[in-house]
Amino acid sequence: MAAVTTTTPTTLRPVRRRFSFGRAAAWTVMGLIVLITLLPFYWILRTALSTNAGLNADPTNPLPVDLTTSGFERALGMQSAEEAVAQGGAGGGLDFWRYLLNSVLVSTLITGCQLFFSAMAAYAFSRLRWRGRDAVFGLFLAGMMVPTIFTLLPNFVLIKQLHLVDTLLGIALPTMFMAPFAVFFLRQFFMNIPREVEEAALLDGAGKVKIFFRVVLPMASTPIVTLGVLTYITSWNDYFWPLMVSYSDSSRVLTVALAIFRAQTPATGVDWSGLMAATLIAALPMLVLFACFARRIVSSIGFTGIK
Amino acid sequence: MTIASSSPPSRLPTGGAAEAHSKPMTGRTEAGGTGGDGRLAAVFIAPALLGFLVFLLWPTLRGIYLSFTRFNLLTPAEWVGLDNYVRMVNDPIFWDSLTVTVEYVVINIGVQTVAALAIAVLLQRLTQSAMLRGIVLTPYLMSNVVAGLVWLWILDTQLGIGNEIISAVGIDRIPFLADETWAIPTIALINVWRHVGYTALLLFAGLQAIPNDMYEAARVDGASEWRMFWRITMPLLRPVLAVVLIMTVIGSFQVFDTVAVTTAGGPANATNVLQYYIYGSAFGRFQFGYASAMSVALLIVLSAITILQYRLTRAGRTDLG
Repeated sequence: MAAVTTTTPTTLRPVRRRFSFGRAAAWTVMGLIVLITLLPFYWILRTALSTNAGLNADPTNPLPVDLTTSGFERALGMQSAEEAVAQGGAGGGLDFWRYLLNSVLVSTLITGCQLFFSAMAAYAFSRLRWRGRDAVFGLFLAGMMVPTIFTLLPNFVLIKQLHLVDTLLGIALPTMFMAPFAVFFLRQFFMNIPREVEEAALLDGAGKVKIFFRVVLPMASTPIVTLGVLTYITSWNDYFWPLMVSYSDSSRVLTVALAIFRAQTPATGVDWSGLMAATLIAALPMLVLFACFARRIVSSIGFTGIK
Repeated sequence: MTIASSSPPSRLPTGGAAEAHSKPMTGRTEAGGTGGDGRLAAVFIAPALLGFLVFLLWPTLRGIYLSFTRFNLLTPAEWVGLDNYVRMVNDPIFWDSLTVTVEYVVINIGVQTVAALAIAVLLQRLTQSAMLRGIVLTPYLMSNVVAGLVWLWILDTQLGIGNEIISAVGIDRIPFLADETWAIPTIALINVWRHVGYTALLLFAGLQAIPNDMYEAARVDGASEWRMFWRITMPLLRPVLAVVLIMTVIGSFQVFDTVAVTTAGGPANATNVLQYYIYGSAFGRFQFGYASAMSVALLIVLSAITILQYRLTRAGRTDLG
């Protein structure tokens, strides 16, 4: 009994022991890492809540200078052009709600379709029997090795020929049907579903299609959600491809709009308050999404890259 | 993109695993007498296969074709043989941009790997807190555009808090992104800030596979943390480290967003990384053929790295891999 109580804690937390200089130093380093990680976020907030005049006058103040929501109003297009210019912003109109909506539409479309189609393919690769299966799967795997940059130019030419330039569909299309990684990732999970479960459903008279929807998808809901959140973050943050495809407000997503917001602000006195407010608005949805799924994502990151 | 490129091909399951799984099905197939699920499989695979052929395989082949043409989007592509490649080899800006890219990759990967390893080890040896892991991952949620803009502001020469601190300490202000020497290291470090947490968690997952008994045994023998790191952690983590390293190098070669929002290739081409130059050639000067040729060059570089990955991971197999 005594032996059990002494060994268990030591195997669980092997280093939780007496104070040592090394441990204190290690914790200090860890603290520094957390600080470097999080301080920029605070600085965004502090700047967004300041006025540009205040930022110029008091650049080192750790608190917002002349606390105001003017930056957010400017970023959300709630200020008149004259007012915006007076506050140190650009007069040009920025339709942030529209970009936000575009980002939501594109990311949702990509994530939803890509997950569903990839799951279907993964099911065919793992639980259906057909000729040429391994060869086709091998081809998909080879696709993972082609770097994104390589397909971007020809894909742009194709999207242009399809007359889909400057449309949301044009942004979504290339990644909408599948991602080799998503297929591979889900196939791994589908293969691990016990055969008995499937056999039982077959005996109950369910077809393969029904098994896919009623048995396989629900059983793999955890990896599907994890993959979904990561796909959402990736497509939300994508910049290069949307930049290539969109020319006007109708298809502009937040990342592209932010870069334009930055380019529009006067070179001599950048509208930092408005820019940081816009940055915060652009980043907020992902922070909220992450807050909801953090534990799940954090614990399955290893799988996405290593296994 | 990171996710898509983050999967080490050498770790993929072999056909053998799939074979084993399909065996029990054979019996049922014979009973049904249909010879497999061919028709259903065709339906299930159709959308993904369409996407694969149209937006991955075809563009790859087309990109190679376009690299042998003169093409400006408006008129049909005109075959010019190796002209684009000859031009590339003789183009000093191409070589400059390749040099700048390599400089970026070396700094970015060097710092990121060391930092990620440190974070991963601290997370494993010091605390297993899920909250700390979550905090470390937060910058990964930002887009490169957001990360670029935030650091552009923090490092601003006149008003940035970074430079305010530096001048408070008594050092001259550093024009981080406006200076030819500082610009690339700065951009490299900005991207370290954004990606280091993700890399750290990949390494952390690798560390979790090392049995705790080993550390216990070593401690009984009186080994220090430092010694355990070099004698246990490093050798056993090496295969995972190799995979993560190569994977991040490939991602790192494709740097674009951060450059686009912070320096736009300047000052004086100092941050004109390859992908930015390709973008400029295609969309600034409408030389799609030439841009494609440079993409092929990048593809060759990245393929070489992938091959290296195969070598490294095979050579580095351990029982714990």
